[in-house]
Amino acid sequence: MNDTPDSEHVLTIKELSIAYEPGRYAVNDVSAAIRRNSITAIMGPSGCGKSTLLRAMNRMHELYPNIETKGDILLDGQSIFSMSVIELRRKVGMVFQRPNPFPNMTIYENVVAGFSLNDIRMKKSQRDDIVEEALRNVALWDEVKESLYRKGTFLSGGQQQRLCVARAIAFNPEVLLLDEPTSALDPVATSKIEDLLGELKKKYTLVLVTHNMSQAARISDDSMFMYLGELVESGRTEILFTNPKDSRTEAYLTGKFG
Amino acid sequence: MAGDRITKALLFISSLTILLLSAGIILSLAGGAVPAFKEYGIGFITSTKWNPTAGSEEYGAMSFIAGTVITSILALIICIPMAFSTSLFIAEYYRGTRTAGILRSLVDLLAGIPSIVYGFWGFYALRPLLVSTGLTDQGFGIFTASLVLAIMIVPYATSLSAEIISMVPSELKEAAYSLGATRREVIFHVVIPSARSGIIASFILALGRALGETMAVTMLIGNANIMPRGLFAPGNTMASVIANQFGEADGLKMSALIAIGLLLFLITALVNALGKMIIKRFA
Repeated sequence: MNDTPDSEHVLTIKELSIAYEPGRYAVNDVSAAIRRNSITAIMGPSGCGKSTLLRAMNRMHELYPNIETKGDILLDGQSIFSMSVIELRRKVGMVFQRPNPFPNMTIYENVVAGFSLNDIRMKKSQRDDIVEEALRNVALWDEVKESLYRKGTFLSGGQQQRLCVARAIAFNPEVLLLDEPTSALDPVATSKIEDLLGELKKKYTLVLVTHNMSQAARISDDSMFMYLGELVESGRTEILFTNPKDSRTEAYLTGKFG
Repeated sequence: MAGDRITKALLFISSLTILLLSAGIILSLAGGAVPAFKEYGIGFITSTKWNPTAGSEEYGAMSFIAGTVITSILALIICIPMAFSTSLFIAEYYRGTRTAGILRSLVDLLAGIPSIVYGFWGFYALRPLLVSTGLTDQGFGIFTASLVLAIMIVPYATSLSAEIISMVPSELKEAAYSLGATRREVIFHVVIPSARSGIIASFILALGRALGETMAVTMLIGNANIMPRGLFAPGNTMASVIANQFGEADGLKMSALIAIGLLLFLITALVNALGKMIIKRFA
């Protein structure tokens, strides 16, 4: 399935359905496109399938046994299901809800964990450059440059999460998926991460699952609203928030459920 | 609130009873061991002599300490590859599947087989097999005992290690998968390093089990009260010499056996404390 590459959209989701057990769809016939160098927020009440949709974008959802996937997702025109997952996950990185640096590794080792896990060898100077660049990109370099060889778990929650972003961008991916990346953080750390995302979109395309509507309104360019596995509505954030077309979107945005 | 106070008092008395019982056991062991240590001093531990002939009586614990340590460590070495791979299989590779569930129940079943049955199986099934290899004349000895001992501690080490491995947070595994790691890379670079100290502790605790195991070993080790001369030579362990000889012992010999019991208790307690300490640090 090789469509003509579409320069505006990095990811194109085509009639995607995902079931954890036969017949029970967590994601139901979703079609959407993700614009390059933008932040797309996926919103919706708990259990609406937003995390499953996000995880499908780098096939992390396949870690569940017996998962059934229909439809397709294209990355630069190529079906992600025809690529090797290893290749795919290097192009589409991920940051999780709770900061999860590897506890047995130093800050330095955490940043290059993607390379060491895949047994990619390189010169020390090359590794040093990657570490410095990734940590600078997440605005962590000045805070940790003196303690690169300490364990990553000594950092504060917000710093740990930025370290995890650094680990994900060390491969220089095209897309970064973020699964409620600030839900375990305090307001100060949250606003730092939000500022960071605004910077990162210059280089990468970001897809963000969030519970926090004001966060979505603040930082996203596009928004998708999901309900019971369906993509109810999507479009430019300022339009979706001010003038929702679907009554369910409006109900969610005005706090009637969720 | 009277009920509360009564419950508290009852619980306190029960706990105190346990405490008094263990203190009593240690004290009576220590008291019983005094004559042997008075007679031979620290030489009791280092001597390999065991001569119960009246008039020229001489007792030393070293042959039995050696027998115990050698069989237990050998058993542990045989146990490690089996238990380690089984626990990875159950807790990681086939985690949550029916296959893992069946295997886990089988492992638990092994743990429930009485020691005497293992000894019997070793005597009638394993021993003739070893004789047929030509490595040993009668099949009794250090190696036979270690082999059965290994099978006996496998379930213990397996279920402890599996517990530890399944405690590795899925967030860490997901992080590794999201970085493009394969299953094998996740296991070797994330799961095993994170669980390493806990896995080591579970093998130390399994060693603690092996040290004190009596019945199956007694039936297979050959019960020769000498320093073992080789892998297939007979020997004796601390536990099995007590089991074999306490019936006809009195006087100095009884005290020597009690002293061996005390030493065994101390070694086992030490090994268990070490294992628990590591587990605690892990959790």
